[in-house]
Amino acid sequence: MQYNLLRKSILIPLSLALLLILFALNLAMGSVSVPISDVVQIMIGKGSSNIIWENILLRTRLPQTIVALGAGMALGVAGLLMQTLFRNPLAGPSVLGISSGSSLGVGFVLLIAGQVWGFSFSRLGIWGDLAVIIASLGGAFAVLAIILFISHKIGGTLSVLIIGVMIGYLSNSVVGVLKFYSMEEDVHNYVIWGLGSFSRMSVDRAYLFAMITIIPSLLALFLSKSLNLMALGDRYASNLGLKIKRARLLIILCAGSLTAIVTAFCGPIIFIGMAVPHLAKLVSRTSNHFYLICNACILGAITALLCNLLARLPGMESELPINSVTAFIGAPVVISVIWKKRKENF
Amino acid sequence: MNKNLLQIRNLSIGYGNKIVAGNLSAIIPSGELICLLGSNGTGKSTLMRSICGFHPVLNGSVFIDDLEVNQLSEKELSKWIAVVLTDRVIVPNANVQELVGYGRSPYTGMMGRLNAMDKIIVSRAMEQCGIAHKKDSLLSSLSDGERQKAFIAKAIAQDTPLIILDEPTAFLDLPARVEIMQLLRDIANASGKSILMSTHDLDLALQLSDRLWLLQSGGPLTTGSPEDLLLQNAFQSMFQHKGIVFDNKTGLFKVMHTQNSTIPVKGHGFEYVLLRRALSRKGIKVIRANSEDNNWLEVKNESKEPFALFVEGECIQSEASLEVFVNQVLKMQELFKVKRSCCTLSE
Repeated sequence: MQYNLLRKSILIPLSLALLLILFALNLAMGSVSVPISDVVQIMIGKGSSNIIWENILLRTRLPQTIVALGAGMALGVAGLLMQTLFRNPLAGPSVLGISSGSSLGVGFVLLIAGQVWGFSFSRLGIWGDLAVIIASLGGAFAVLAIILFISHKIGGTLSVLIIGVMIGYLSNSVVGVLKFYSMEEDVHNYVIWGLGSFSRMSVDRAYLFAMITIIPSLLALFLSKSLNLMALGDRYASNLGLKIKRARLLIILCAGSLTAIVTAFCGPIIFIGMAVPHLAKLVSRTSNHFYLICNACILGAITALLCNLLARLPGMESELPINSVTAFIGAPVVISVIWKKRKENF
Repeated sequence: MNKNLLQIRNLSIGYGNKIVAGNLSAIIPSGELICLLGSNGTGKSTLMRSICGFHPVLNGSVFIDDLEVNQLSEKELSKWIAVVLTDRVIVPNANVQELVGYGRSPYTGMMGRLNAMDKIIVSRAMEQCGIAHKKDSLLSSLSDGERQKAFIAKAIAQDTPLIILDEPTAFLDLPARVEIMQLLRDIANASGKSILMSTHDLDLALQLSDRLWLLQSGGPLTTGSPEDLLLQNAFQSMFQHKGIVFDNKTGLFKVMHTQNSTIPVKGHGFEYVLLRRALSRKGIKVIRANSEDNNWLEVKNESKEPFALFVEGECIQSEASLEVFVNQVLKMQELFKVKRSCCTLSE
C-alpha cells in the first residue's frame, strides 16, 4: 500500500518533468542545434541574439512540438477509452473506422477533385490544406455518426466493434479504387498524407489544435466513473446504476472526436493510441480510470514528443515520416505488454 | 420484520416469443437465504436476470417493496438489488479494494470518489467476507473462491436489501462451496439482507437455506422451507430421472445400478455394507445365503481378512482388500449361477 502511494505521488511529477525535458529537447534538437539556454530565452520571450534560431524555434519547431503534444495526448486517451469500452487490449483509436473515414474524405478531395477539375491540390497551398482538413473531419464525423447511430439502435458492444472494423475495410477499398484511377501526383500526395506529420501547421493553427485536443482529453476525466464500471462488464455496470447506452455513446463520442481531430490535422497516426494505454496501465497498477486517463495524457504526450524527436535526429537532413517512428516505438511496447500479461488476460 | 421484500407475480420469462417458464409466483421475505434449484435449461439464470431487470419479462411483474422493477431506473434499482454473476470478469489491474469500492458507485458523485464513510463500508464489507487480507491483491491473482468472496464483498458494499447470486458455488471445490454458502448464511443472519442464489448443491441448500425455490421445466415455481418441501415429496417430481432416486430421509440422491445377477452372502455390519456396495456397482445383487447354497461369500467382521469365498462349503480364499476380492468373485461368477436370478434396480 505504502509502496503504491509512493509510486502514485512520485510518478506524476516525475513524468511531468520528463515531459518538460522532451518538450525542450524537441525545441533544441534537429538539423540545426539550438543551445538549451537560448531555447529558454526565446520561450520566455526575451529573444535571442541569433534571429535565425528564433525563427526556427517559433515558426517551425514550436508549432510542431505543440501539435505532437496535443496529438499524443488525444490519441493516448482515445486509445484507452476504446480499450476499456471493448475490453480488448488490441483496440485503438482507429478501431472504429474513424481514421478510415478520414482517409476516405481526404481521398475524395486529393484523388477525385483533381480528376474532376483538372488540377492538383498541392498547388492550392493554404486552401488545399484547409480543404484536406475539412474533408478529413467530414469523413471522420460521418463514420462517427454512423457508429453512434448503430450503437444507439442496436446496442451491444461487440456489434459496434464489428461494424466499425467493417466500415474501415469498406472505406479502405473505396480509397483503393480512387487511387487506381488517379493521377500519379495526387496518389503521391495522398500517400504522404497517410504517413502522418506533426509539422503541417502554423503557430496559430497549432495553438488552436492544442486547445481542441488537450481540453477534450482532460474532459475525458469526467468519464472515468463510467469507464471504471464499464470495465466490469455491461451487467455489473448496469447493476451499479450506470446507464450503459448513454455511457457508451459518450465514450465513443469522446474517443471518436479526438481521433477525428488528430487525423484531420496530422494524418492517421498509428500505434500511439494502441501502445500508450498499455504504458499507462503499466505505470500505475490500478483499474481506476481517473489515474489511467491522467497517465494516458502525460504518457501520450511523452511518446509523441519522443517519436517526433527521433523522426529528426541530429545529423539527418530530412525528417522521417512520423508513422514509421511510432511503429518502431509502439509495436515493441504492445508486444512486450501482451507477452507479459498473456497469462493474466487470456 | 418478516415483511415481503420482493414478490413475483404470474411471471413469464423467456426470449422473444419463446416462453422458457411461465406462471411463476414467489416471495422473498426480508433476511432470508433462498436457494433457487432446478435442472439445467429450466431457466434459472433467465429468472434471476428478469428479477434483476437485465432481461425484459414477457408477462407478469416483479415488485420490490411495492415498486415495480421494470419501472425503476438503473440508478434507483442499484440501491435495491446487488448482483454477483457467473461471468468471469477480467478487469485489467483491478485489485480487491478497488473492486469492492466500485460497489459504492450508486452513492458516489460524478467522479466516483469514495468519501471516508464509503471507505469504512468498503473495508467492513471486505472483513465480513474474509478477504480483507487480500485487499491489495490483483483480482487475476486470486483463487476462484477468493474472487467469489471479493465479488460478494462488492455486493455487500452496494448496501442493498437484496443480493442475487447466479451460481456462486459453481467452479469451486467442496470446502470452498461450503465456505461461500456459510458466508451467505451469516450475511443473511447478521445484516438482515435477503439473499437469492441459484445452485446445484442440493444438500447444502437443504441444510443452509430458509426457503427453496424449485423451478421445474416450463414452470411453475414450487416454493417453501426445505422441510416442508421434503414433506410434500417435492423433490421426487423435480428430479425425475432414470437411475436416480431422492431419499427424503437423508436429503440425498442415490444412484441406482442395474442388477442382473445375484450372489449369496453371509454376514452383517459395515464390511457387509461395503461389499454390497462394491458388488452392486458391478451389477451384482447381494442376497442372503441360506442352507441350500453350496457356494457363498462370507463376511467375518473381526477377522484381519474379513472377506471369504466359500466353494462347496469350504473356504478357499480370504482377502483383506475388497478390490482384490471382488475381482476374484467376478472371475468365479459362474459358480454362483443361482436359480433365484432376477433383474431389479437397487441401491
